[in-house]
Amino acid sequence: MIWIFLLLLIAFSGLAYLGGRRLATRRSAGVRAHSRPGQHGLYALIWVGMPALVVLIAASIFSTPLERQMLAAGAPDSVTQLEPFRREAFFSDARRIGDGLEAQQIWPAPYAEELPAEGRRAHRISSALSWGGGVAALIAAILGGIFVFVRIRPDLRARNRVESWISIALFACSVVAVLTTLGIIFSLVWDSLRFFNSVPITEFLFGTKWSPQMAIRADQIGSSGAFGAVPLFAGTFLIMMIAMMVAGPIGLFSAIYLSEYAGRRTRAVVKPLLEVLAGVPTVVYGFFAALTVGPAFRVFFNTIGGWLVGGPLDGIGQYLLLVQNQMALVAGAVMGIMLIPFVSSLSDDIMNAVPQSLRDGSYAMGATKSETVKRVLLPAALPGIAGAFLLAISRAIGETMIVTMAAGLAAKLTLNPLDTVTTVTVQIVTLLTGDQEFNSPKTLAAFGLGLTLFVVTLLLNIVAMRIVQAYREQYD
Amino acid sequence: MKFNIFRAPDGQSGGSNEPAAASETPAMTASAEPASLTRAPTLGAHASAPLGPIKIAARGVSVFYGDKQALFDVSLDIPDKTVTALIGPSGCGKSTFLRTMNRMNDTIPGCRVTGEIEMDGGDINDRKIDPVLLRAQVGMVFQKPNPFPKTIYENVAYGPKIHGLATSKGELDDIVQKALKRAGLWEEVADRLHSPGTGLSGGQQQRLVIARAIAVEPEVILMDEPCSALDPIATAKIEELIDELRERYCIVIVTHSMAQAARVSQRTAFFHMGKLVETGDTEEIFTNPRERRTLDYITGRFG
Repeated sequence: MIWIFLLLLIAFSGLAYLGGRRLATRRSAGVRAHSRPGQHGLYALIWVGMPALVVLIAASIFSTPLERQMLAAGAPDSVTQLEPFRREAFFSDARRIGDGLEAQQIWPAPYAEELPAEGRRAHRISSALSWGGGVAALIAAILGGIFVFVRIRPDLRARNRVESWISIALFACSVVAVLTTLGIIFSLVWDSLRFFNSVPITEFLFGTKWSPQMAIRADQIGSSGAFGAVPLFAGTFLIMMIAMMVAGPIGLFSAIYLSEYAGRRTRAVVKPLLEVLAGVPTVVYGFFAALTVGPAFRVFFNTIGGWLVGGPLDGIGQYLLLVQNQMALVAGAVMGIMLIPFVSSLSDDIMNAVPQSLRDGSYAMGATKSETVKRVLLPAALPGIAGAFLLAISRAIGETMIVTMAAGLAAKLTLNPLDTVTTVTVQIVTLLTGDQEFNSPKTLAAFGLGLTLFVVTLLLNIVAMRIVQAYREQYD
Repeated sequence: MKFNIFRAPDGQSGGSNEPAAASETPAMTASAEPASLTRAPTLGAHASAPLGPIKIAARGVSVFYGDKQALFDVSLDIPDKTVTALIGPSGCGKSTFLRTMNRMNDTIPGCRVTGEIEMDGGDINDRKIDPVLLRAQVGMVFQKPNPFPKTIYENVAYGPKIHGLATSKGELDDIVQKALKRAGLWEEVADRLHSPGTGLSGGQQQRLVIARAIAVEPEVILMDEPCSALDPIATAKIEELIDELRERYCIVIVTHSMAQAARVSQRTAFFHMGKLVETGDTEEIFTNPRERRTLDYITGRFG
C-alpha cells in the first residue's frame, strides 16, 4: 500500500514542479523576476513533497505499534487471557488470515472460531491505518501546495530558498553518519562500563589469563571466569607484526616499482590487478589460509621436524612434528598478503606526490634510478610511508575473518609464530555468536574488547592521517 | 680526481667514436628556410679574445616528443669558459635544447633525439656513453630551486657520495666547503650546515643547488631559467656568481630576461618555433642583430 502512496507522492511532486513553473511564468510576465520559473517549480516541489514524505514515514513507523494496540484493545476475552507469547501468535495468525493467508498454527476450540472474525478485524484495522496514513500525507501535500502556490510571485527568492533546502538535506545526511558513529561509541562505552562493574578494569587490561566462562550454577566446576586480556593483545600484536613483515616490504617495493620503474603500459595493467587483490573478500582469504596455506605450512614444518628427530636437535624436531594447521604464522602471512595492495597503493600515491623536480635534480647529478629512490625519494616520502604503515597496522588489528579461520582459539601468552594464538577480534566473535544472555560478564566482555580495539585503531588512524596530511601539505 | 668520459685514461680519444647512425640522416629537415639561415654561423668571424675553445658542438639536432617535433635541426657551437645565453619566447625549444646536452631528455618517455652533440670531440649520444656519468660532467640547475629534503651539508655531499669522489670524511668536508664557497653561500650557512636545505630562502636555495652541481667538479653547467623564481636582489647575487663561475666552467643559461642575457652572457643564441634563428656575440645580437625576428624579439615586439 505504502508503495502506491509513494508513487502518488512522486506524481504530485512532479505536478507541483510543472505547476509552480507555469504559475511563476504567468505571474512574472512583463516583470523581471528574482528567480527563474524552474526554481519556483523546484520550490513548489519541495513544499508539496517534503511534508507528505515526512507524514508517510511517520505513519509507517507508528502504524505497527498502533495496529498491535488496536488489535489487543478490541480482542475477545478468551484471547486477552492467553499468555503473552501465545497471544502474539494468535494476533499474528489473525493478521495472516486478514491478508488472505493460511494460519501457521492449529488453534483449539474457542480460538479457532474467533480467528476468522479477528482476521477480518485485523484486515480492517490495517487497511484503515494505511489509508489513514495515505490521506494524512495527501492532506499534508495539499496544505504544502496551498502554502507555496500562494507565495509564488516575481519577488519570491525561490532560488535562495531552494539552495537552503538543499544544504539542509545535505546536512541531514551527514548528521545521520555522525549520529550513527556517536551511537556506536555510546553503546560501546555504556556496555563496557557495565562489564567493568563486574570485572575490574585493571584486571582486564593487565591480567594474563583469559578464560571467559561464567558458571550457570555456583557449584559448577571451573565456575570462575578470568578476564585478563593480555594474551589477546599479545596474539593480536604477534599476528599484526607477522602481517606487516609480509605486507611492509612487498607493498613498499611494489609501490617503488610502480611509481618509478614501471612503464606506462605495465602500470596500467599491474595497478588494477593489485586493486583486485584489495577487493577479495576477507572470508576468501580466510579459507585460503585455513585450507591451503595452513596445511602446507604444517606439512613443511612436520617434514623438517621429521628430519631433526633423533639428531642433535631432537627437541626442536619433536616440537615441529606437533605443529598444527592453525598458527599465528599462517594467519599473519595471509593477512600480510591481504594488506599488500593497501600498503602499495597508499605508498604509491605518496611517492607520486614527491615533486618531479627532486627526481630531476638527482638525475641531473648523475644519480641512477635506485640511488635516486634510496637517497632522495624514500627520505622525502618517509613520513607519508610511515602513515601508510600505521593505517595498515590498524587494518591488521581490526581484521577478523582470517584470524578466526586460521589462528586458532586458545588464548596463549606467547610470541611463538608456530603456536596457535587468538586475537581480540576472534574473541569478540566467539563471545557473541550463538545464543547469549546479554547481561553476563562473558557477553559484556566483548564490549570491553571492542572498546579497546576501537580506541587503539582510532588513535592509530588519527596519528596516521595527521602524518599523511602534513606530508601532503608540505609539497602542495 | 676529475674524470672525463671522453678522455679515457687509456688515451683513446672520444672523437674516434663512430657517429651515431641517426645523425647521418638528419631526420625531417622540415625547415623551409635555406640552411644558411637556420645553421649557426661558425664561431670564427665573431670570436673575440676571451672566448675559450669549443666545448660543445651541436650538429643538426632535432628533438621529438612522440609525434611532435620540438626542435628542428639545430647546430650551435658552445665555447668553454664562457656564458652562452639561450633566449626566445616560451615553447621555442631552448629548454629542450639545453636538456639534450646532459641527456635529461632520456628520462622523458617518448622523447627522441637525432643529430649529433659533440663534447670535447666525442658524441654524447653514442651508445657507449653512460648518461649517468655524462651528467656528472654536465651539471644542471633548474628553474625552481630543488634542494633535497636533507641538510645543507648532505645536499652538497650528495653528488660526491654517489660518485665516490671522497675517500674520507675530511675529504668530503673539504669538497662541501669548497663548493659552498664557490657558490658564494659559505658565509651564510657555515654555522648551520646541518639544518635542512629546504629552510633556506629561495635565492640561497638556488645557490645551494649550484653548489650541489659544482661539488662533482663538472665541466659544463646548464642553467634553466635559474632566476625566474627569485626576487631582484637574489637574482643579482646569482648573476654575480655566474660571472665568477665563468672562469672555470662552460655555462649555458636559458633565460626569459633579455636584460639578464645581456648582463651575464658573452654569446647569445636566439630560438624561435623550435629553430635556431641567430647566434653570435651577445653585444652584437643586442645591438646589431642580422635577423628581423631577433630584432623584433629583443625589442619586445613579440614573445
